[in-house]
This record gives sequence, C-alpha cells and structure tokens, in this order.
Amino acid sequence: MADTHKPASPPAPEAPNPDIDAYAHEAELEAHLQTKRMYVNMGPSHPAMHGTVRMKVELEGENIAESDCEIGFLHRGFQKSCENVTWTQCLPYTDRLNYVSAMMNNFGFLNAVEKLIGLEIPERAQYIRVIGSELHRIHDHLTCVGATGMELGGFAPFLFAVEARELIMDRVAELTGARLTTNFGRIGGMNRDLPEGWIEKVHKTLDKVMELVAEIDGLLTRNRIFVDRTKDTGVISAEDAIDYGWTGPCLRACGINYDIRKAKPYWVYDRFDFDIPIGEKGDNFDRYLMRIEEMKQSERILRQALKTIPGGPIILDDWRIALPPKPEVYGTIEGVISHFKLVMEGIQVPAGEVYDATEAANGELGWYMVSDGGGRPYKVHVRAPGYPILSAVPYIIKGKMLADLIPTFDTINMIGGEVEQ
Amino acid sequence: MDRVTAQFPEAVAERYLDRTGGAWAVIHAEHLPKVAAFLKNDLDFKLFTSIDAVDRLHLAENDPRFEVVYFIYSLSRHEHVRLKVRVSEANPELPSITPIFKGANWWERFVWDFYGIRFTGHPDLRRVLLYEEFQGHPLRKDYALRDRQPLIPERPIKDIFRGPGTSGVS
Repeated sequence: MADTHKPASPPAPEAPNPDIDAYAHEAELEAHLQTKRMYVNMGPSHPAMHGTVRMKVELEGENIAESDCEIGFLHRGFQKSCENVTWTQCLPYTDRLNYVSAMMNNFGFLNAVEKLIGLEIPERAQYIRVIGSELHRIHDHLTCVGATGMELGGFAPFLFAVEARELIMDRVAELTGARLTTNFGRIGGMNRDLPEGWIEKVHKTLDKVMELVAEIDGLLTRNRIFVDRTKDTGVISAEDAIDYGWTGPCLRACGINYDIRKAKPYWVYDRFDFDIPIGEKGDNFDRYLMRIEEMKQSERILRQALKTIPGGPIILDDWRIALPPKPEVYGTIEGVISHFKLVMEGIQVPAGEVYDATEAANGELGWYMVSDGGGRPYKVHVRAPGYPILSAVPYIIKGKMLADLIPTFDTINMIGGEVEQ
Repeated sequence: MDRVTAQFPEAVAERYLDRTGGAWAVIHAEHLPKVAAFLKNDLDFKLFTSIDAVDRLHLAENDPRFEVVYFIYSLSRHEHVRLKVRVSEANPELPSITPIFKGANWWERFVWDFYGIRFTGHPDLRRVLLYEEFQGHPLRKDYALRDRQPLIPERPIKDIFRGPGTSGVS
C-alpha cells in the first residue's frame, strides 16, 4: 500500500540553473506526494463518538492501519455503588446503564434478584414487564436508526425518530412518572398499575409510531447514499461475531438465530406470536434492517400483550419483600415493623449466586450476583451487551476506510452507560 | 460438566448445580486453557459471554481470596456454564484464554483493571476503563469507597501547534 506512494529514489541534486528554476514549480507538481502515517484522535468530543469513546486511529491515506479504542470517559462505578447500598437501592443505578431503554435494565436486574430469592411474580406484573420492555425496545431502536441516518447525512429520519420517541416517552411518563430513568420495577412485582385508559392510548400511539417507522424505512432503506455507505461495510463473519461474544441484533445480522426471548423464554414471552428476524451478511445495512424489523415484531408483541393482559395483583403480597400498604403501616404494628425493616435493612436475599440473562435492546444483558445473605448485594456483575460488541470494532475496521468507522460505530449502537458501568 | 469431569478428572476441584439450574465447576488454574479449549471445540460452547472476579474478602470462606468466573454459552444447547478459578492474593496470576476466545481480551483487561489479577500470555494487558496512572484496583473490597486519586499531570505534547507529531499518539 505505502510502497506505491513512495518515490522510487530521490532525484539527484543538480547545480542551480536560473533558466530551469523558473519552471521549478512544474517539477514539484509532478513529484510524488510525500506520505506518512497520520495519527488521528476521534473523540471523545467527536459528534459521531457520542462523547464517550476515543478512537486513536492510525491512518495510511484514507485507510485505517491500526486503531485503539479508549473507553472509560463515563465511568460511574456501577458495581462499587451497588455493593454499598441495599438491593432495592440498586434500581436507580440500573436505569442509567442503558439510558435509552431504562426499563429493560431495570427488569433484567429484578429478574435476576427474583431468581436468586426464588420468587414467582404475579401474572399481571409479568405482562406489564413485557409491555414496558417492548415499548423501550422500540424506543432504543428508533434512537439507533435515527442517529445512524443523521450521522450519514440524512436529518429527516432523525426528526421522525425523535417524534416517534417523544410519543413513546409520553406513554412511559404516564406509566412510570418519569420520561427517561423510570425506576419502575420493584422486587416481587411492579411499582404501580397501568393508569386508566392507558391501553387505548398505547394502541393509538403505536399506530402513529409505526407510521413514522415506515416513513424512516422509506427514506433510508432504498436511499442511494445510505445504502452505499452501509452495505458491505463493517462486515463481520458469524464465527468471529460468536467468538467475540456478540449478541442481540448485531449477532442476528450475521445469520445466527439467537434470541433469549425464544431460546429461554422468561416472563410470558412464550405466549406471544412473533418472529425473530435474521440477517445474512453481518454488514452495517443488515444491522440497520434488523432493527427496523424488530420494531415491527415488538409492535406485534405489544398489541397481543395489551389485548390479553389479565387482572390481579401487581406485586407479591409478602411483607418480607414488598412494602406493606400504607393503612397497614399506620394502623398495625406488623406493618410498621416490616416497613421499618425493609427500609433500614433492605430485603434479605438468601446467600447464594445466580447468573441470569434477559434480551435487552442490544443483546444479552446478563447479571451475575453473589449474596452473602444480607440486605446488600455482595457482588453485582453486569454483562453489558455493548461491551463485547465494542471490543470487536478495532478488528472489523482494520484496513477499511476511515469513513466506514462512522456507520459501523452507529449500527453497533454502543451505549456509554452500560459499556463503562 | 459431566463430560468435562470425565475428560479432565484432575482439573475439576469442585462442581455444583445452583438453585436456578446453572452449572458451574471450580477448575485448577493450570488446567484452565485446556478446559476452555475443550468446551469450545468439543462441546460447542462457543459464545463467550464474560469474565468477572469476586473478591471474597468478607465472605465466610475467603482463602484463596479471589475467584475469577468465566461465563460461556452454547448456542446449540442453549446452556450456560460457569468456570471458576481461585486465585491467591499473594500471586494473582492466571493463564490468559484470549488465544482461544477473542472476546476474552477486553474482559481480561477489565479484571486486571478492577481486581489486579494478571493474565499471562495476554497480548495487550492494559487498563481498560481507568487511566494508566491510576493507583490500586477499585473493585477490591479493601479499596475505600470514597478514596480519591490525585490529578495526574498533563502528558507531554511535543509541539503545541502540531500536536504529538510523528512519534506516536501520546
């Protein structure tokens, strides 16, 4: 590569000749350009790096010869913080892992804790968890697709995505009281029930959101610029993707059928009729298509879940786990004691350990927890889906064009909060 | 895990099936690469999930102090396994399995960064989330929660107008 740009041998110096020197600039024009490797820092303040990643890129012309990914600009000490508060107090921290799909992280954490205790949550709570997760899956994919469109030069898809996100956020706010960091689940069930008339509103919202998704689909999927920049760029083979530990839409884009919702159904996912889209090549375009398709599948799950949601309690009626109702706290000594113990000491989780995974928007969100039998977690390890995916980026962009880095980085949908724990 | 025990009876120190059905085994450190390669090539446990360590300082059994946990998943059987390796505080060192699973690269750096466990044979063992000048390993239980690190001086830049120059990225 470099050899073709280098002059074969430097021209021999000649005695100055005023007649020829007048034309010296012409010789300069014909000379080979002097080339050397260039070092470029992309990020952390580069707009395409989302403020949290620094890529040290070594360029040879326009091609990336070497690259090194430096993360940790958002490091928040997630594990250490969790190990010093009670199990319930970890919940706000989990929201901030993947801050565009807070409920999924929240419920994933709860699922692992409930397995560790050995709880079966009420059916209605399971339905609410599915509904919340799928709403946030659409929300997450919209963010990713919109940002990809924007960073490749199309601003309209991003605006459509933001509009659709806004609608979902309004529904989430009605459900949980917060737009972004919801803190909605509780160990043993949910914080509160669905508000009145919310189900009809979600149906209407879904109509509008899917219209907007179709709009984005129409704008991007056959767009010449978009297709040229994403097709056959950022390709990874299925073997490499598995070896690096990819999961979620990025792995399925390589043609591997692995989705925890089907492989090991949790909550009530086995009752719904939905498909898992599979890609072929594992390039950026496939990963983009995967997300568009998944939004449509999430809509199917949501509509079925909203139609069939049963009545009943939303949290376990067990005062060792859930806070007692307020009349009991103010009126009975048992209520006061259990409220006091839950607040001061936290939920007593039996000693043991568990690994549990749920399908978050970017892939397998795994939790490994060790309890020493007290009210505080002894160890909380989160296996964020973005971390192994990001670790493969220096490998897949090696030797490719610098411009390919942007769509690759977009479609893997790296989220700083979860990668940098 | 039965097949691992059958294949390498000398490698497995302890086996367990926890309440949720997760299978795990404690492996002696020197046999780790062999067992990992066997799991990957013969038993089809190909999807490398993650690595983490547990500092058992405050637990009832805390000797040896660290326990490094490997999570591996099989796409054909839909099964998770956990390999555990116990490491002493005096000599926190393990063979790297990055040559077997590429995905182990960053996780091993993570464990080095936060627990100070070295992996011999790792191609590029640097800190991954913290900066190189950071003192100590913050996820160890004896690292104080509110410990402060001094600000580090700026790294030298040769030419302020042209950046680090051709000698490499600073």
